[in-house]
Amino acid sequence: MSGLHKVSSNPHVRARATTASIMGTVLIALLPAAAFGVYNFGPRAALLILISVASAVLTEYLFERLCKKKVTVGDLSAAVTGLLLALNLPVSAPWWIPILGSFFAIFVVKLLFGGLGQNFVNPALAGRCFLLISFPAIMTDFNCDAYAGATPLAAIKAGESVNVMDMILGRTAGTIGETSMIAIVLGACILILAGIIDLNVPGSYIVSFTVFAALFAALTGRTVNGPYLSAQLAGGGLMLGAFFMATDYVTRPITKKGQYVYGIFLGFMTAVFRIFGASAEGVSYAILLGNLLVPLIEKYTMPKCFGKGGERS
Amino acid sequence: MNKKESAGERLLNGIIVENPTFVLTLGMCPTLAVTTSAVNGLGMGLTTMAVLALSNLIISLLRNIIPDKVRIPAFIVIIASFVTIMQLLLEGFLPSLYESLGIYIPLIVVNCIILGRAEAYASKRPALLSLFDGIGMGLGFSLALTCIGAVRELLGAGEIFGVRIMPQSFVPISIFVMAPGAFFVLAALTAGMNAVKKAGEKRGRDMSRIRTGCDLDCSHCGQSAGCTKPEKEG
Repeated sequence: MSGLHKVSSNPHVRARATTASIMGTVLIALLPAAAFGVYNFGPRAALLILISVASAVLTEYLFERLCKKKVTVGDLSAAVTGLLLALNLPVSAPWWIPILGSFFAIFVVKLLFGGLGQNFVNPALAGRCFLLISFPAIMTDFNCDAYAGATPLAAIKAGESVNVMDMILGRTAGTIGETSMIAIVLGACILILAGIIDLNVPGSYIVSFTVFAALFAALTGRTVNGPYLSAQLAGGGLMLGAFFMATDYVTRPITKKGQYVYGIFLGFMTAVFRIFGASAEGVSYAILLGNLLVPLIEKYTMPKCFGKGGERS
Repeated sequence: MNKKESAGERLLNGIIVENPTFVLTLGMCPTLAVTTSAVNGLGMGLTTMAVLALSNLIISLLRNIIPDKVRIPAFIVIIASFVTIMQLLLEGFLPSLYESLGIYIPLIVVNCIILGRAEAYASKRPALLSLFDGIGMGLGFSLALTCIGAVRELLGAGEIFGVRIMPQSFVPISIFVMAPGAFFVLAALTAGMNAVKKAGEKRGRDMSRIRTGCDLDCSHCGQSAGCTKPEKEG
């Protein structure tokens, strides 16, 4: 009993998780998608992934050395950013694309705002959108040795039929890491089982996307059926975005209610971009837009302290 | 302003000490919108400088006649007249620049540098000093806009003043000639200016005269006369 009377200041309950262990798990969870990308698109995909991760880590290391700050590359967050960015690139991208994207993601979006925890949008996505706006021709050129022609989402948008089984397995054109729904969901299961993420954001995102996509597709006079919706779900960056980017600790709301609001908003915006937008894909912009709304969402969903709530008569 | 004011001091003040773009961060609308190339930045800067110098001169000459209560409308009328003159001159003699600056030429009327200098400086000082204050501020503005335009043109098109600088293999980073690029370049150049100031302080030089974007107080604000906010926020 006497052991229980030890007096100490808080925190009294500690978890063993560190930033490095969480980010390490995320890296492991991204491996299936990355490995499938290399299998699907060939060794060039591996090269792009390597360049992207290396330049992200190097940018952070050099910045912190030059500014005489504590070097934080050991927390692996830069490696995760670099890997996520690479998974969002087409395999035909030239070698300097991942370098520029990683530099923008790490230096401008993350380090200039104060480092990990201070970035107001997801660095990997901001890096991708920077590249997408700057080099639209390179970033949407999905022709490679293995596949020629449009991505499944572009084909659906053009009214052509697609092979849903191929999309779920990942045997389609697209960015390096987005094509295989199975590999991504496998990685997501690792994250969920390890307790790194929960289903609040991805669940509400995917459900709300399905509802709004069906609604908007019906409004625009398409036939909404099982294959159409499963193709929308398996195609593009939805799965990668929902499980690995929308769940980013730094840029999602911290309140549970807020996470549902955030997920529903992401689903709504993705459906709007995909069905009414000029381009076939809209996950990146939807999540960036959602990131910007997070402070507002948190402000209105913050739970009240015990004793502070309720009406007084 | 306790130190002695002279024509030369006014020029230096406008170009460096109180550079309207990098130090006062005034006139952001044309700064961000038209600096897609060095030529556009320079054209906008010089047009604004002409309006600024002439309106400062006229407002300073009329400062004892204009009634205090209607001074802002009076300033606007004077500024708008000069802007109209400049607009017609540009349309007549530099039609290509007129085309590329577009709506931003008439918008010089509401550029807050011009109204700010009229209110804060020209309406209280003699004519010659006001003229040089306008020229100095205008030069500072032109310099800043040309720099921003040059960097954006270099990165976004590989050229400066239309001359190819980058090797042919350089792929233009087109985001720099779009709106986001303006913010990136403005922020980077302002940070560079602050870094120069800091480095100077380290070497023991007196840099206190060169202010940075965020440490201005009410005395530099054109609105401070009619502003009820206490000078120091507690």
